[in-house]
Amino acid sequence: MNEPRKVYLDYSATTPVKEEVLQEMIPWFSEKFGNPSSIYTIGQESKEAITLARRNVASLIGAAESEIYFTSSGTEADNWAIFGIADALKSKGNHIITTKIEHHAVIHSCEFLEKRGYDVTYLDVDPSGRISLDALRNAITEKTILISIMMVNNEIGTIQPIREVVTIAKEKGIIVHTDAVQGPGNIPVNVKELGVDLMSISAHKIYGPKGIGALYIRKGLKISNYMHGGGQENRKRAGTENLAGIVGFGKAAELAGKNLSSHIARTTELRDYFKDEVLKRIADVDINGTMEFRHPGNINLAFNFIEGEGILLLLDNAGIYVSTGSACNSASLSPSHVLSAIGVPVERIHGSIRFTIGDFTTREDIDYVLEVLTEVVAKLRSISSVNEQKGW
Amino acid sequence: MGIYNDKVMQHFMNPHNVGEIENADGVGTYGSPVCGDMMQISIKVENDKIVDAKFKTFGCGSAIASSSIATDMIVGKTIDEALAITNKEIIDELGGLPPVKVHCSVLADHAIKSAIYDYAQKHSKIYKGLEGFDPNADEDDHDAEQEDSECGTGSACSVKCGR
Repeated sequence: MNEPRKVYLDYSATTPVKEEVLQEMIPWFSEKFGNPSSIYTIGQESKEAITLARRNVASLIGAAESEIYFTSSGTEADNWAIFGIADALKSKGNHIITTKIEHHAVIHSCEFLEKRGYDVTYLDVDPSGRISLDALRNAITEKTILISIMMVNNEIGTIQPIREVVTIAKEKGIIVHTDAVQGPGNIPVNVKELGVDLMSISAHKIYGPKGIGALYIRKGLKISNYMHGGGQENRKRAGTENLAGIVGFGKAAELAGKNLSSHIARTTELRDYFKDEVLKRIADVDINGTMEFRHPGNINLAFNFIEGEGILLLLDNAGIYVSTGSACNSASLSPSHVLSAIGVPVERIHGSIRFTIGDFTTREDIDYVLEVLTEVVAKLRSISSVNEQKGW
Repeated sequence: MGIYNDKVMQHFMNPHNVGEIENADGVGTYGSPVCGDMMQISIKVENDKIVDAKFKTFGCGSAIASSSIATDMIVGKTIDEALAITNKEIIDELGGLPPVKVHCSVLADHAIKSAIYDYAQKHSKIYKGLEGFDPNADEDDHDAEQEDSECGTGSACSVKCGR
């Protein structure tokens, strides 16, 4: 009997480590294990490996090597950026501007600061998920010290106008951070062209390992430390380096840069084929967000009259892995804040599924998913107490 | 390996009693799509005994599984026996539900009572088990039904339906 087909369509959640990346990492666990802070040969070998990785990561986003600081995750980079600026500029002001559709790493960090005397403005977004630049301009006060706006949304793939945000911020001398965890490797990113001061990135979204991220800090920017201890990362981020993780991040960044245009072309084509076919084969499906300014592998669909967890479980049973904005799928049981912010009615949020396509997705995979998905939706609709005739 | 046990998965994957009974003696609906779950249960009654029950559910895996097993449980029971079924018994019959999913069994329990209430109204019958039952009560009152569940204060249920 054939091994049942497995189709992973959740590349925005995480990606598998590519073989080339894994091979590059392996020597740095046991064979070459020296502490990069040690001055003897095997320590210095490790230090050189980190330097090379830093160069590759810097190159992926157009930064200088000295502007890349490795962290444990994208989340740590977000926390560092927000708390580091809030602390460094506390004598200047206490106001932060962000959006309603940020990752929880940003939203919960801002909420933490609100309890400690900071004011935070959470900008609304339009149905496509984009902020209004006028609203941003109007939100700025004399106390504004930081604007933190995500580059690419993880749920609906919306790409924000970061360069325009920076232009507005610079007129007032305000620092700009962007959570770009879903950006590099999926869209062209250049920190110098964008003009941002801080950018968070992560390895496991670009076929690198989990547990390693980085914060880009523009040269000369004053930011307080977040992790305190030894003098690693140019005395800015303490803790013995995740050597193999950093090496893996470097390799993944190198590949992501090299493959960028083919990756974008391929994922866009498969994603558009998938979306067009779903809309053709299944009635009462809405696209959450718009197709413009969107992550090339992302599509988020609301399957009306059914609930997302059921879809997810039946797809899982057929070896297909996706995620849902449904409340039933989260520990808090609250429906997706991103889909709420773009105005998707709650009953449709419950039936929303995010599909993200990546480098290992094939046309055959998509055809298999289309077949199974059509059956799954029909099955759940035959059980559902709501339908097109009855209405919601 | 999954969030649900095998029994819940069986009832979710191959639910029993799906549908609507034509000329049903009682129909009850509980929940709303906004809250994420809505169940409709229809029953056929002969000599005060439930001889058939069917359901239609908009909801997650455990809502569908609870509807399936709850309709199984009431068929063949007298109205009084069916009214005595608690959400805890539904959970036990399913071999347990994750704590955040306990409200799904409450919905099934309410949908059954609503269907019997409808039957009682249409046939001018009075049942002790329906005393104080209001099929149109705000859903927030599931919290009260769950005092012995693991769904604590500020529970999922009030978050879900607090809108």
